[in-house]
Amino acid sequence: MPAKTYVQTIINGEHVDLLCEPRQSLLEALRDVVGLTGTKEGCNDGNCGACTVEFDGRIVTSCLVLGVEAEGKEITTIEGVAQGSELHPIQQAFLENAALQCGICTPGFIVASKALLEQNPDPTEHEIRFWLANNLCRCTGYDKIVRAVQDAAVKMQEA
Amino acid sequence: MKWIDYESPHSVREAVDLLNEAGDRARPLAGGTDLLVQLRAKAYDLDLVVDAKNIPELNELTYDPDNGLTIGAAVACYRIYGNSSVRSVYPGIVDAASLIGGTQIQGRASLGGNLCNAAPSADSVPPMIAYNGVARISGPNGSREVALEDFCTGVRQTVLERGEILVSLHFPTPEANSGANYIRFIPRNEMDIAVAGAGVSVVLDNGSIASARVTLASVAPTPLFVAEAGEAIAGKPATEETARIASAIARDAARPITDMRGTIEYRKRLCEVLTRRALMTAIERAKEN
Ligand SMILES: Cc1cc2nc3c(=O)[nH]c(=O)nc-3n(C[C@H](O)[C@H](O)[C@H](O)COP(=O)(O)OP(=O)(O)OC[C@H]3O[C@@H](n4cnc5c(N)ncnc54)[C@H](O)[C@@H]3O)c2cc1C
Ligand code: FES
Ligand code: FES
Repeated sequence: MPAKTYVQTIINGEHVDLLCEPRQSLLEALRDVVGLTGTKEGCNDGNCGACTVEFDGRIVTSCLVLGVEAEGKEITTIEGVAQGSELHPIQQAFLENAALQCGICTPGFIVASKALLEQNPDPTEHEIRFWLANNLCRCTGYDKIVRAVQDAAVKMQEA
Repeated sequence: MKWIDYESPHSVREAVDLLNEAGDRARPLAGGTDLLVQLRAKAYDLDLVVDAKNIPELNELTYDPDNGLTIGAAVACYRIYGNSSVRSVYPGIVDAASLIGGTQIQGRASLGGNLCNAAPSADSVPPMIAYNGVARISGPNGSREVALEDFCTGVRQTVLERGEILVSLHFPTPEANSGANYIRFIPRNEMDIAVAGAGVSVVLDNGSIASARVTLASVAPTPLFVAEAGEAIAGKPATEETARIASAIARDAARPITDMRGTIEYRKRLCEVLTRRALMTAIERAKEN
């Protein structure tokens, strides 16, 4: 078996060194090598957004990034969203608005919504739906998710 | 996926050497939004991927009125629509860059990858042809330029030869009083593959069409440049009636297939409607310039 590659990254603010196979996706590296299983696999081909993470300042589907591409990059996963035991306002809003049922899509939606509100603190409903078009949910019908993001936007602006 | 090696060269020369040595056992990797999906689906059997994103020339994004626009082959969509020069001077390219996939895909997907993947449905290729784009290619025997309408030669086939890499896409500065637009038809509002698409540009002269270019998506094995559609309306008034002349020619030139996304008849009709609408938007944009 050829050698694995040594990759140095910053994940959720901490230096993390990992060994991964060049063919492994960032999603697999996060889940199977680093043990951060909050990031979910749905389709494994870029369509569902369950594997969304922030990578080098942009949200990406981690199933379509190679683990070895993470060399020198900063990554934020769902595990990096809460502050210790205090939930992020978006997480709180998802709970209060019942914006999840089975929850498999939720980490991806929260990471994507956080990136939206950081660059557009007061998005319209249209902007929210358009930004989240790369995230699929089979359970909620989306309305509750959109309402949760609107609710979080209001609370984050008040804070 | 079977074992595949990964190299991340920092110069075009190194990339060309790696690709030349491995031949069809290697491919360049830009955003990976096509390539990684295809590797999983076993569409390619590779031993090596050559990451193009650490090569400076492939990350260039520069515009100036004298030299035009250069888009490095690996520049992701979000950088293209985030660039104020591209937004104001090349809105037809922005139309396409902002509808490829969703936010996450646009964080990675490049126009170079969209072109080199050579899908008939590639959304950015028709507007890039409308803007008279040229592919700048480097390979073992030096560099060459190919007009974008000549770049794709079949489904997933291009003019690139062993060891060659697309370095950048280059566009001359559009003439005064010109405009362009790309639109496609999909059954959803976003995140879908074009049933048909039209990318057009026009140059106006005193209320008449001085010249026009029309290219269609998803209705032939390659993006389809319909030179006759533009030529037929040169010298005619910039009106809806004139746009109809070009759109009828586009409809007749289209050679679509029937598949789950649409029938031949439906796609031809779409070409007519999309070409007309795109021309009217391009004319409006030209008047604003
Ligand atoms: C969920 C999803 C939605 C999508 N939606 C759309 C859409 O709406 N419209 C659309 O047109 N496409 C769409 N795509 C397809 C894809 O995102 C685009 O074609 C994208 O532009 C490819 O760019 P990339 O940088 O990711 O290319 P990659 O996947 O890195 O490469 C694509 C191909 O080009 C080759 N290549 C890349 N760079 C070079 C180079 N410099 N020189 C030579 N060869 C090179 C690669 O070897 C590969 O064969 C979608 C894909 C996904 C997963
Ligand atoms: S698992 Fe990555 S987008 Fe679905
Ligand atoms: S809550 Fe089940 S997929 Fe979204």
